[in-house]
Amino acid sequence: MSVPGAPASMTGQPPSPQELRLIPTGGPLDLPAHLDRYGPFYLRAADRLISEVEQSGLTGRGGGAFPAGRKLRTVAQAARRGGRTSAVVVANGSESEPASSKDTVLLRSAPHLILDGIALAAAAVGASSAYLCLGERAQPGERFLLQAIAERERAGLNHVPVELAATAAGYLSGQETALIATLNGGPPLPTLVPPLPAERGAHRRPTLVMNVETLAHVALIGRYGAGWFRELGSAGSPGTALVTISGAVNRPGVYEIPLGVRLGELLQRAGLPERPQAALTGGYFGAWLPLPDALGVGVSEERLRPAGAALGPGVLAVLPESRCGLAETARIVGFLASQIAGQCGPCVNGMPALAEAMNWIAFGQPEADLVGWAQQLTRLVSGRGACHLPDGAAALVASAISVFDADLRAHVAAGPCARAGAAPLLPIPRPSHPSDPRQPEGRPTRRQLSRRPG
Amino acid sequence: MSARPAGGRAEARAGHGPRLRVNPIACEAHGVCIELLPELIIADPWGYPIIRPGPVPDHLLPLARRAVASCPTLALFIREPK
Repeated sequence: MSVPGAPASMTGQPPSPQELRLIPTGGPLDLPAHLDRYGPFYLRAADRLISEVEQSGLTGRGGGAFPAGRKLRTVAQAARRGGRTSAVVVANGSESEPASSKDTVLLRSAPHLILDGIALAAAAVGASSAYLCLGERAQPGERFLLQAIAERERAGLNHVPVELAATAAGYLSGQETALIATLNGGPPLPTLVPPLPAERGAHRRPTLVMNVETLAHVALIGRYGAGWFRELGSAGSPGTALVTISGAVNRPGVYEIPLGVRLGELLQRAGLPERPQAALTGGYFGAWLPLPDALGVGVSEERLRPAGAALGPGVLAVLPESRCGLAETARIVGFLASQIAGQCGPCVNGMPALAEAMNWIAFGQPEADLVGWAQQLTRLVSGRGACHLPDGAAALVASAISVFDADLRAHVAAGPCARAGAAPLLPIPRPSHPSDPRQPEGRPTRRQLSRRPG
Repeated sequence: MSARPAGGRAEARAGHGPRLRVNPIACEAHGVCIELLPELIIADPWGYPIIRPGPVPDHLLPLARRAVASCPTLALFIREPK
């Protein structure tokens, strides 16, 4: 199911189970080719679309895995309660997860599928405007997306105006409430929920925040129905998902997978090295899975959660035997600590302590007690922030302590292992803004992208 | 704090009833709630409140409301069940 080698498409027919659903072969399709490939675009009655998405079992592909149909229904109901206040759709293409590139790839390869999804979702929730939020990596594609929007305008397919918006730099900026804060003109910082964006979001209106891949699936469900969507994937985790495979594989990249496929089968496709040690699943909020033990696990939220992991935004990074999992974890936790919003006391105090503990465990001369100290800190920060950054960091540390247990004992006995000195495997972006409360320098605010296609 | 009689069995029904919540963005660790309601709120190592899980027992509700009213940053609140 990797991008190359899929069979040629049929005109206007639903993709067959052997075909890729989201990423067309032969590059991005312009509007006529898109309509030729997937069939004509038409709006569905609001209730019909929402029921269809509910029956499809589609869940959010941005990391939260929230049922997409329920989210649509919640926003639609809030908008109806609001009377004349119409809703807003926010398509989230921020992709601030450093090890993920699937949203950026999708924006480049299938813009019209995403724009179809935005139009369908807007009609379903009663929205009169929409934003398409682009992260730093997707922003170079701005012109291309504006052209796609203009193409649709000419064809009369833009049922709501779609405005491009730049997501601020930083790990938290793509988080749902932080994104809304920037659309409302504030700094990109998470806010306390409730109120949920569904109740009061952009411009204080009921707001549907949905990942761009989720919207692309909505576009296909709108055309072909829930039954078609469920032809791939498992009963509990239906459909396909885009995943980004990186690390020690021969063919890293974005893959479309039927949910539930075994991890081993998927990694074989990506070219698994002889001796994988572990896989990071779910991104930097995620967890480590030991390899080869976990190769039989199905890749879906439903199968990964009991194994102590998560699919999240579809990140799978393979750690080879030659790298130190504690060193990788310490760098990630250090990065997360650099990205905190600085709003909540337990996180402001606990994250630097946790990052330093992991740093000393990986690269210093730790005493055995330091592991207990780190575990104590994970409990102190978990669930105590307005956003889930501290919870994610705590879960990652907990999984590292369990999966890299032998390394921990070696580090405690003799200091950092030789592998800890290897070059970093996982990407650590340079902090784009100082979030250390001791250096309260200016934070980035929203950069205005072009408002409407010309 | 004086001893108070335990509430009726009713409060043992898990899950329902008003809950104390702190807005972690607004909280500045003044610690007033911890002084007023040590039965349900303890301090973390940095002075921020940690709230006991579950609903507020009936017999502590008046004290909980007083703690809410006394928070200098209005960070503590009671969420009524839906």
